[in-house]
Amino acid sequence: MNILEIKDLKVYYMTKNGPAKAVDSISFSVEKNKTVGLIGESGCGKTTTARAIMNFVKEPGEIAGGEIIFNGRNILNLSDGELRALRGKEITIVRQEAQNALNPVMTIGDQIAEVILEHERIDKKAAWQRAEKQLDLVGISHKRAKTFPHEMSGGMRQRGMIAIATACNPDFIIMDEPITGLDVIVQRQLLTLINDLRNRLNLTALFIAHDLSVVSETCDEVVVMYAGKIMEKADVVSLYQNPLHPYTKALIHSYPSIRGERRKLKSIPGSPPLLVNPPEGCRFHPRCEFATDLCRTVEPEIRRINGHSVACHIVK
Amino acid sequence: MKTLQFILKKLTGALITIVAIAIANFAIFRIAPGDPIRMMFKDPRVSTEQLQAMRVKFGLDKSIGGQFIDYVKQLLHGNLGFSFWQKRPVADVIGDRIGQTLILVVTALVIATTLGIILGAISGWRNGSKTDRTILSLSLVLYSIPTFAMGILLLLVFGFILLLFPLGGITTPASGFTGFMYLKDVLWHMVLPAFSIVLWYVGEYILLTRSSMVEVMDQDYIVTARSKGLRESVILRKHALRNALLPVVTLSGVNFAFAIAGVIEAETVFSWPGIGRLTYDAVMKRDYPLLQGIFLLFAVSVVVANFIVDLIYTRIDPRIKTGAAHE
Ligand SMILES: Nc1ncnc2c1ncn2[C@@H]1O[C@H](COP(=O)(O)OP(=O)(O)O)[C@@H](O)[C@H]1O
Ligand SMILES: [Mg+2]
Repeated sequence: MNILEIKDLKVYYMTKNGPAKAVDSISFSVEKNKTVGLIGESGCGKTTTARAIMNFVKEPGEIAGGEIIFNGRNILNLSDGELRALRGKEITIVRQEAQNALNPVMTIGDQIAEVILEHERIDKKAAWQRAEKQLDLVGISHKRAKTFPHEMSGGMRQRGMIAIATACNPDFIIMDEPITGLDVIVQRQLLTLINDLRNRLNLTALFIAHDLSVVSETCDEVVVMYAGKIMEKADVVSLYQNPLHPYTKALIHSYPSIRGERRKLKSIPGSPPLLVNPPEGCRFHPRCEFATDLCRTVEPEIRRINGHSVACHIVK
Repeated sequence: MKTLQFILKKLTGALITIVAIAIANFAIFRIAPGDPIRMMFKDPRVSTEQLQAMRVKFGLDKSIGGQFIDYVKQLLHGNLGFSFWQKRPVADVIGDRIGQTLILVVTALVIATTLGIILGAISGWRNGSKTDRTILSLSLVLYSIPTFAMGILLLLVFGFILLLFPLGGITTPASGFTGFMYLKDVLWHMVLPAFSIVLWYVGEYILLTRSSMVEVMDQDYIVTARSKGLRESVILRKHALRNALLPVVTLSGVNFAFAIAGVIEAETVFSWPGIGRLTYDAVMKRDYPLLQGIFLLFAVSVVVANFIVDLIYTRIDPRIKTGAAHE
């Protein structure tokens, strides 16, 4: 059963040079108790997609079309009140580079209890006890419930954010590069925690990262995004072992494995295009070593090949 | 006990500042031109011997060092000197006036801060809206009008033309009011001078709170609060305002010094018998000991105000104890 279905979603940022098509007609779905990885270089529209799922696109961004069906309802048609009831309870998010995501003048315990108090009929004392439990769950002792964010390390703050995001048993949790910007050991520990929670709490999640090795052990399925478009979509093992799209291949080879496997790294030449005036045809063609005239003029449709969904003229 | 340490540090700082002020205060008045004894006895018939006798009486015949030792000794006994003009101890002169100033200043500042914080918070919260623009232009206008100009304007409109409020003083002369009627009469007289201070001050508080609020609204933790599905009122109070008020509190300590300037202007325009008016008179009469006493009072009150602000800060900003704030 699909908890989330994104259909033909378009999100544009209205810049003075015209709309930047940060997310341009993407579709994918997430099944209950599954984790989907969303990967791609910086600036490919991953965060924009995440924010759209919470109907939380900020100015000058605008949802230009599509549907986001969550548990049978289109999130894009909900009222402000319905969205408030949804956010923090049914859908939660752990954000990228969230070092300042906690309120500096409130204790971590209060910040967890607060979201429980908002969404459940529960008294303050019970909410506080739940907050302490959450802290234990994410590997911060409940004895530290009264600490302030500035007394916590970067890794602990992110654990705190995870505690907030899982406090109300959400149906769906978005993790937008939750380990980016932290040091490697902390990254490892957080990944272990996330994996552990996924199994224990049966989470349904969207896990965003810029490279495949991070999502490889956490996700069931992976969506590869480039310049606002989906390039490839497949189950994680198949995608890792047998990538079809040239961009997916390049991406796999451009990042070191977080497990420390030795591999020759090859960075992708060039950088993602500006999305106000994206390249014609396939958006990846200026950086693709296999590009043909067809790639330069006609946008590839998504096709099913070997169990993958892939948008490429070359792949047979 | 990081908090205690912090308070002790601030207290030491405050005490050192007060000592420095006392020394500076002594020095300034010795350097200032003009012979105070001559000012006191303008009558040319007063003989040089009589002037000399007065100098001896006030200790002005001694060397600078001797005068300083006298000054410190007297200060330690709570003796601020003897007013040339009023012919009685400076402490008494100030004591008679301080109540009137306190009631005026405290009322004005409480109204101004409350109003300023509320309007500034609304303005910053609704950044860019019509409400914001209205509040912002209003506060810019208010902020740019000096207290004395505002005072004269209020006096003209509400005193002379509309006849709504008295023109000056603190009570209706010879009214014989007592108890509640007296209090009402004082408040009645206080409206215009208080508002001339409030209107100037409120502009500053609005601007301050607004800019702080606008900055806070861009912070990550506001996004977090929104993504938690909290009600707007909760986000405003618990997340935005609590953080936005930190710089406002700091500045209210600094602003206290400017409040004094505003009070001198307002009291002078409205003949309010407080310390501000007294300052003006003491300058006019060249009453050095009195001025010296008033300056010391002003300086010490600014130091005390800042110390109180530091204390409040330890309560509202948890980062202060470890020095993580103000990086
Ligand atoms: N506020 C904004 N104004 C204009 N363009 C934006 C804004 N935010 C993001 N974008 C553009 O949208 C694209 C996607 O951004 P984002 O979703 O943050 O990518 P990712 O999370 O994959 O790094 C980028 O090219 C970026 O330049
Ligand atoms: Mg991002």
